[in-house]
Amino acid sequence: MSETPETREVIVSVKDLKKHFPIMKGLFRRQVGAVRAVDGVTFDIFRGETLGLVGESGSGKSTCGRVILQLDEATEGEVKFEGEELTEMSDGKVRSLRPRMQMIFQNPHASLNPRMTVGSIIAEPLTEHRSEKGAARQQRVDELLTLVGLQPKHANRYPHEFSGGQRQRIGIARAIALNPDFIVADEPIAALDVSIQAQVVNLLEEIQDELDLTYLFISHDLSMVRHIADRVAVMYLGRIMELAHVDQLYDTPKHPYTQALLSAVPVPDPVIEATRERVILEGDIPSPSNPPPGCPFNTRCPIAQDICSEQVPEWRDLGGGQWVACHFAE
Amino acid sequence: MTQETAPTVLEVKDLMTQFDTQDGMVHAVNGVSFDLKRGEFLAVVGESGSGKSVTMMSLLRLIDMPPGEIVSGEANFGETDLLQLEIDDLRDVRGGKIGFIFQDPMTSLNPVLTVGFQLTESLRLHTDTPEKQLEQRAIDLIDLVGIPDAASRLDNYPHELSGGMRQRVMIAVALACDPQVLIADEPTTALDVTIQAQIIEIIKDLREKLGTAVIWITHDLGVVAGIADRVLVMYGGQIVEEALVGDLYGDPKHPYTHGLLGSLPRLDQKGQELVNIKGQPPNLYEFPSSCPFAPRCPYVYDKCHAENPPLIAIENGRKVACWWDIENERPRFGS
Repeated sequence: MSETPETREVIVSVKDLKKHFPIMKGLFRRQVGAVRAVDGVTFDIFRGETLGLVGESGSGKSTCGRVILQLDEATEGEVKFEGEELTEMSDGKVRSLRPRMQMIFQNPHASLNPRMTVGSIIAEPLTEHRSEKGAARQQRVDELLTLVGLQPKHANRYPHEFSGGQRQRIGIARAIALNPDFIVADEPIAALDVSIQAQVVNLLEEIQDELDLTYLFISHDLSMVRHIADRVAVMYLGRIMELAHVDQLYDTPKHPYTQALLSAVPVPDPVIEATRERVILEGDIPSPSNPPPGCPFNTRCPIAQDICSEQVPEWRDLGGGQWVACHFAE
Repeated sequence: MTQETAPTVLEVKDLMTQFDTQDGMVHAVNGVSFDLKRGEFLAVVGESGSGKSVTMMSLLRLIDMPPGEIVSGEANFGETDLLQLEIDDLRDVRGGKIGFIFQDPMTSLNPVLTVGFQLTESLRLHTDTPEKQLEQRAIDLIDLVGIPDAASRLDNYPHELSGGMRQRVMIAVALACDPQVLIADEPTTALDVTIQAQIIEIIKDLREKLGTAVIWITHDLGVVAGIADRVLVMYGGQIVEEALVGDLYGDPKHPYTHGLLGSLPRLDQKGQELVNIKGQPPNLYEFPSSCPFAPRCPYVYDKCHAENPPLIAIENGRKVACWWDIENERPRFGS
């Protein structure tokens, strides 16, 4: 992790990626507008790292993760997995890459089929992609259950017999069943109790070391992202505002949005809280169907000037791998 | 910030609430006692199923009965015991002397009534404000919670407002009749952090202006660190620790509080190890005859399985329900 980013191998490369959902209206369902969920994002993910993708609700972070895995079709732009362009690829070809890129979903209550046993949920990818059968498959399921901290005897039970944290472990076992290289974890701990969150995050870190995984960790929990991520990208209204090494971003945030966002997160320590300066942002996130012109943050930005509502700021490198989209950050 | 000398506005004694469900009796609240001083900010922290919401909702009988049942307890609000009050008299208290803010502003505002109507409704019910002044009072309230352009908001319906705005309206509704106590049940959990910061700022500001006592229910130890005076930590339907905010975060006495603080990642710390609290919260189908945290506790010994520890005062007004003294590594109470 101490290597300079430039010398490291890129596993996923995203360029000018856009995803617009059409808004249809009227008798003939004509398109009257679009929700610009992801509106031109560019970044690389290096092999073995955890890239944190943070943002508030509606910032497009989940859509971004889904489009990277081709679960939603991109409107524009490129997604490369180990140099191969995914957006133009046939469905069959994408399917052949599925074993190598997987997803962990937010809600462990909705992402597991209630009518399937835990064993068959975890075995499904093995059957689908590897045609594994019988004892070999059973053995692999047992192995996976043990790896995620459950017991082989749990294979015959149904999801409702498990707590939220245990269900998330089942989701993780399914995601790693085929030895993937890259996992998109979409808010994997958001639905869990506080004392269970640490269990799941520790598990994610353990299996990352063991299986040499690369994560895109999507979350709104900035404290947890500081803990787990190597680099962090901050999204706002479909665009990335800042991307930097985790310590750079948390210690010296350059974008006014990152600064405000970090200052809004409470720290569980009354001594520190008593002296903390808070940037309170005015108003709400504008609608992604009608984003403001220029910099998307200009309507709430404490340092906005005229130029901010006229020109979209350039995506620039401030040095040391800290990228920022702001006219005034330095 | 401490209100030790201030008079008590609410005193709860030995509250017990249970729910008769298909799967058996759920013992949601098992003997909870606490008090609230005038103007105090009391945080109630716990995970889902710890009984924190049910405790507060029981006080105003806001739980569904049946299946819920308040088995025993007292809730002395001034001279009256809220649990013994006739339902008509209780209505005067709800929304009048005690305001309640719920977690989800989308489901707790009526979607077919205007903001203005919902704001004035409690004024009409609980006060004798003349009809002519109602509108002005509603505008003042909207203004108070920091919604710009207050006068034009009265005719808005809830769906026309954003989540943060709706929660502000909820706060305004709860404050309409100048309550002595404001109970807020996870009021910022459904909101984004930048909006959460706005709401916390408003609550801080309002406390200074109005001197209302606040009970803030939350699962997030971070949110209340900067605003609470005193904290109750709940687990398995019981209070396991009670302390002033600085003492609790600086020197937690109960193994659960200890573990919980260690399992929280912090924005201001890097390379931090997260403590694993093994296992899961209890399901509460049986009345606790042993310590509810015992199955997950790293300090557990035979007494913990034999007897449920009571909440006992230890030092400088702190209370803890644990048989083990973490600091001195020996059983507490010399047994």
